[in-house]
Amino acid sequence: MAQKTVSQAAKPGLGVDAELAKRLFRDMALIRRFEEKAAEAYALGKIGGFLHLSIGEEAVAAGVTSALRPDDYAISTYREHGHCLVKGSDPRRVMAELFGRIDGLSKGKGGSMHLFDKSTNFLGGHAIVGAHLPLAAGVGFKIKYEEGDQVIVCYFGDGAVPEGEFHEALNLSALWKLPVIWLCENNRYAMGTSLERALAQPEIWKFGQTYGIPSEAVDGMDVLAMREASVRAVERARREKIPSLIEARTYRFRGHSMRDPAGAVYRTKEEVEREKLRDPIVLFRDRAMKAGLITEEDVKRIEKDINDLVDEAVAFADASPEPPLEELYTDIFKENA
Amino acid sequence: MAVMTYREALNLALREEMTRDPRVFVMGEEVGLYEGAYKVTQGLLKDFGPKRVVDTPIAESGFTGVGIGAAMTGLRPVVEMMTFNFALLALDQIVNSAAKLLYMSGGQYNVPIVIRGPGGPAHQLAAQHSQSMESYFYHVPGLKVVRPSTPMDAKGLLKSAIRDDNPVIFIESETLYNVKGEVSDDPDFIIPLGQAVVRREGTDVTVIAYMGMMYRAMEAAEDLSKDGISVEIVDPRTLRPMDTETIIGSVRKTHRAVVVEAGAGFAGMGSEIAAFITEQAFDDLDAPVERVTGASAPMPYAKNLEKAKTPTKDRIVDAIRRVCYANGG
Repeated sequence: MAQKTVSQAAKPGLGVDAELAKRLFRDMALIRRFEEKAAEAYALGKIGGFLHLSIGEEAVAAGVTSALRPDDYAISTYREHGHCLVKGSDPRRVMAELFGRIDGLSKGKGGSMHLFDKSTNFLGGHAIVGAHLPLAAGVGFKIKYEEGDQVIVCYFGDGAVPEGEFHEALNLSALWKLPVIWLCENNRYAMGTSLERALAQPEIWKFGQTYGIPSEAVDGMDVLAMREASVRAVERARREKIPSLIEARTYRFRGHSMRDPAGAVYRTKEEVEREKLRDPIVLFRDRAMKAGLITEEDVKRIEKDINDLVDEAVAFADASPEPPLEELYTDIFKENA
Repeated sequence: MAVMTYREALNLALREEMTRDPRVFVMGEEVGLYEGAYKVTQGLLKDFGPKRVVDTPIAESGFTGVGIGAAMTGLRPVVEMMTFNFALLALDQIVNSAAKLLYMSGGQYNVPIVIRGPGGPAHQLAAQHSQSMESYFYHVPGLKVVRPSTPMDAKGLLKSAIRDDNPVIFIESETLYNVKGEVSDDPDFIIPLGQAVVRREGTDVTVIAYMGMMYRAMEAAEDLSKDGISVEIVDPRTLRPMDTETIIGSVRKTHRAVVVEAGAGFAGMGSEIAAFITEQAFDDLDAPVERVTGASAPMPYAKNLEKAKTPTKDRIVDAIRRVCYANGG
């Protein structure tokens, strides 16, 4: 099952119809625009704490999510705005959460790193590196326990791979045959530590082989390649109840967080500029237009819709009240039914 | 009512709850085929099958996380720590995930999980297998912490813990598994979390103690009764939420308090109990609150040192005499 080369989408006509092409473009554009606006709001002091942007990595979230059913689960890291948005959360409520307001997904109590949405089966942004991988295995366990046919996709970064929990969770998922898609967003830097400085085996997909898990490396800047690999992994999980590991080779154009705006200490400007030439949104837009799936008018319309939607999200967040002080002491324990 | 051991009471609680609710399952190291390192899960694999009695590899963080993930999506796992000392390997899962998911999600995802197993002083198990682990957990908002001292409590509180919609840390003791006592065999019998119990009524001094220390305090009380000192013993049973009302009520009656704990003392359970007694009942006190705690040292292996590490009956007697101003009395 494992492939030695990086998978590229190769089907003629791109293998998608116009409707799906528009959705993929729209989803990526939404993440990009949302995060650009979030960065602005951060600069204005509207958003505090840590804010981790996934600009440059949008093809992963969009491609993977397009392979999921609405009732499938997703769980993620603290760089999860995109995963949450394309899973179907209301951008207004996501932005309100970033603003720390009562209309946020978590009533303002989670923030950028802790987005949860039960209505879309989005199981959270988790901010201890590696810690949510066992949780994902647990959701796979639950699906199997109840003999369901859902799957869970678990996003994590290359920084989670040296953590013990990565290995514990992969082992358990393979041992117990759980329907989990392990989705490593390899953006080559764990904060400021490059892959080569962190892993004795920098080919991350190979760790899946160790546990007998179908594994492949995919061009994470290619939304169609991400989608195709995800469709294969979802199919295996849904029908055969087995996990897969996808190593999405991607790149974040921004720094680790807003406190590392340029990410300039640990990587060269030349490298960043070179990677920006692989902008997943531009690449896909051009390919889809060339294939006649999207017109220039479509692009303009989608971009305008997205801009309006995100502007509305910002306005909504800004107008939403702070959580009342009583919220400090709610949701610590659930009242027993 | 039936007479059974603490171990059998736990086993019965698991059986009853697994029978009552198909979402309840047991998971941990050696819980199935081996029937539990301390045999608490004896016979469960045979009766409920491998789907609901799940043997795990040695991966405490991994399988605790599996339990949390399963709980946040609707199952009711009972995760066994072979000894609670091993829960340190899963501490991040318990503290950063189980305890905080409800809050971080603004009330969307609760985590109805029980993490259970033995902790505290045992018999020459040395430094890494004898810690009083409750102090690592009761500090954390979002966790409930139970320490059941008797077979009846073991059953009634474990059933409540499994039915609770929140994460519950349930720490038993190797030294109590063979203790026998009366246990309700009514499957509907439960003991609510957060309720202390008066183990022995008295008028001169309140002793707050749980687990093995509760039994030692009972012996101390018996000895002191011969000298005319009447000791009331309150067992908190649940450390969080703590039933401060019962403890304060007892102190208001006796005007004196001694807190006994097996743990190392500094910032321990005794510190917290002494603090709230002082805050809430200062004017009722006729003497400063005394703490009797384990020595602030790792648990030694040698028998004589081990004995010196943990509070003895004599130390409890001495403390009670001091607060009663009855030294040499």
